[in-house]
Amino acid sequence: MPDRSKAPHIKDAIEYAIALKKPEIFTLDNGVKVYNVNAGTEEVVQIEWVFKAGNWFEKSNNIASAANFLLKNGTSKKSAYEINEYVDFYGAYLNRSCYNETAVVTLHCLSRQLENLLPLVQELFVDAIFPEEELHIFRQNMKQKLEVNLKKCDFVAGRKIDEFLFGAKHPYGVYSEMTDYDALNIEALRQYYATYYQQGHCTIFSAGILPANYATLMNGFFGNLPFNQLPIESPEHLITPAEQKKWNIINDPEGVQGAVRIARPFPTRHHPDFPKVQVLNTLFGGFFGSRLMNNIREDKGYTYGIYSFLVNHIHGGAWMISTEAGREVCEATVNEVYNEMQALREGDIDAEELLLVKNYLIGTLLGDLDGPFHIIARWKNLVLNGLDDSFFYHSVDTIKNISAEELKAMANKYLQPEDFYELVVV
Amino acid sequence: MVKFERFMLDNGLKVLVHIDQSTPMAVVNVLYDVGARDEDAQQTGFAHLFEHLMFGGSVNIPDYDDPLQVAGGENNAYTTNDLTNYYCQLPSENLETAFWLESDRMLSLAFSKKSLDVQRKVVCEEFKEHYINKPYGDVWHIMRELAFKEHPYRWMTIGKELAHVENAQLDDVKRFFFKHYRPSNAILVVAGNVSVEQVRELAEKWFGDIPSGEKYNRSLPVEPEQNEERRMTVHRKVPADAIYKTWHMCSRLDDDYYATDLLTDILGGGASSRLYQSLVKEQQLFTGINCYHFGSLDAGLLAIDGQLVKGVDIKKAEDAIEAELDKIRQELVEVRELQKVQNKTESVMAFEDMSVMNRAGSLAFYELLGDGELMNTEFKKYQEVTVHDLKRIANQVMQPSNSNTLWYLAEN
Repeated sequence: MPDRSKAPHIKDAIEYAIALKKPEIFTLDNGVKVYNVNAGTEEVVQIEWVFKAGNWFEKSNNIASAANFLLKNGTSKKSAYEINEYVDFYGAYLNRSCYNETAVVTLHCLSRQLENLLPLVQELFVDAIFPEEELHIFRQNMKQKLEVNLKKCDFVAGRKIDEFLFGAKHPYGVYSEMTDYDALNIEALRQYYATYYQQGHCTIFSAGILPANYATLMNGFFGNLPFNQLPIESPEHLITPAEQKKWNIINDPEGVQGAVRIARPFPTRHHPDFPKVQVLNTLFGGFFGSRLMNNIREDKGYTYGIYSFLVNHIHGGAWMISTEAGREVCEATVNEVYNEMQALREGDIDAEELLLVKNYLIGTLLGDLDGPFHIIARWKNLVLNGLDDSFFYHSVDTIKNISAEELKAMANKYLQPEDFYELVVV
Repeated sequence: MVKFERFMLDNGLKVLVHIDQSTPMAVVNVLYDVGARDEDAQQTGFAHLFEHLMFGGSVNIPDYDDPLQVAGGENNAYTTNDLTNYYCQLPSENLETAFWLESDRMLSLAFSKKSLDVQRKVVCEEFKEHYINKPYGDVWHIMRELAFKEHPYRWMTIGKELAHVENAQLDDVKRFFFKHYRPSNAILVVAGNVSVEQVRELAEKWFGDIPSGEKYNRSLPVEPEQNEERRMTVHRKVPADAIYKTWHMCSRLDDDYYATDLLTDILGGGASSRLYQSLVKEQQLFTGINCYHFGSLDAGLLAIDGQLVKGVDIKKAEDAIEAELDKIRQELVEVRELQKVQNKTESVMAFEDMSVMNRAGSLAFYELLGDGELMNTEFKKYQEVTVHDLKRIANQVMQPSNSNTLWYLAEN
């Protein structure tokens, strides 16, 4: 019979040396950089073409996201259906996503199918035509989707808190209205495509088991496109935060839950406090064993889950707490969040809890570096934020070495209730 | 090709080991052969509530999460109508911590009153978050009851109603545990940077002395064959009308499962699928439409759901779906179209197998189906499906007399 009352001996995760595998980098003839993590157990690849084409660059709402979405809905040679059928036939996935600064086209496929798919991706960057009918369908479907989403308190809260933090005109705070979809027009989309994709600024990130002739292949398809030639635009956007800090919005008079958001502005990864606050955030609300989760879910049962997180944009960010709680306990939930802030400002973090958080963070990091897709995701983040792996290693060192006193100092600097916006949408 | 070794402890616990030395991590996955289908009709939602209680302390260890996190691990769990699965990942040098934690909660829970009180509330909030406070949230409650008259698939894993969860008592919890959470009803998969000898030794040490318990013999009511069309209409506060159709299909272990799976891909699997192309893009009757099945172990449901473009008459929209179904019942699918969905399946399987965690979970699932090796051989069964199989299944399954239709209409 084993002695079940005693935990087995463990090696503290913080004793592990963590290494972030360096990518191979090559440059195409037009100057486009390609980062590759050539590794893995399965014969699959993932390639991401990242363009500076997010909503940071648009002159009117939704142009960036519509151009990104409709990019694969027709070229002069292939209809949207033919493009989709082709991708599906080779068992591939061709997705696109639009963010604030960047817009991305991602290909997932079996390694052996890559040569069949690259010509199509090239065609999209050269010859997308944005058919009028496709825009019509997009507009109709997106408007209806928006109407459904607006019934969800969670969705409404997510939009409003960004607006309070950054202002409704700022790319981080802006959101879609029905009228924005009506205002979309083909000419503006084609113009956006010409500037930000056809002649855009592109960086490529690939991972998986890449073919031996990968560099030649990529240069052949993408090295002669007019990417990275125009000067890089850097538009200025003024942050105009809301003056009022506390908000209650009634979205559904009969709703049984409310969406709670509590948030403050927070600097980017380049700020020296960032790695320290990452640790503090984990302890506060960043994982299942956090103080917020232990108190508000595991002790009080107010919610199915509560988390805090750092919102990381390239030019600025926020520190946010987010949950959905029973309508009648929303106020109590908000109060408990402030109580936990106070506990971190005034109380001491004991050694056991601190070690738990450190081990958890390092253990998760070890697990997160499992496989080529995870490793390239880390590098993409570093590269797009103008950082390198010294940032990664500094973060690891901070996790391993930060003291309870330093965390308390961070709590006193950043977890002051008067700095936070508070929003409840029921 | 996922390689593994298998052995069984004297108490009936099955153990599978999959080695991958490219990672510093180990995964421990414990699957219990119990799901919402094993619940009493008066106490639904129990298997899922139980999953929450499995984190509320075991007989010798007051808290599951803390020691795992101290060891650099993380974990989660899920419950379906068929099974309950727990998995954790931690640095492989701390593997024994996972054995200690998992074995203690298989030995016995602490059955804490406080944990039950809190988790009842948490699950009620989960119920509200996903099924009440969301547009279209109650669809599958309604549809399951329409489609199943006898089989316990007639309720969802979250439970039929909040009251069932709210009324759960500690005695019920104990009974459920000793009936279902026994070694002979569980499959343990250990994967990652481990060795077979090490796992064998740890399994004997930590799980070997857990009493095997009484074997649970599942005998669920069989759903009688449906032989007339069922229809229902509800009105709700949603922005747009929607239509949901289901048909009874074969079980996961049936030879026809593979053709049925591919049939749903042809009809509704992505942007080049038939329903999407015809009904969303060409006719513009729907803003979105899907065709899928639930992959359930017992005979379950094949489904189509679609949200209508505002102003479209729902009868017209349904007729358009039927026209597509007529086509697939009457005409053979092109060989290229079949090949397309087979290629897609191959690719999905390769991507799913990328992480050790997924491989461990899949091995446990296939072992539950009868043999972990199915994970490596199943694609061959997809390759053997012919265009004639697709036509036969379409005719067999997608018949009006076997169908359930729900019109989910926007209130004015």
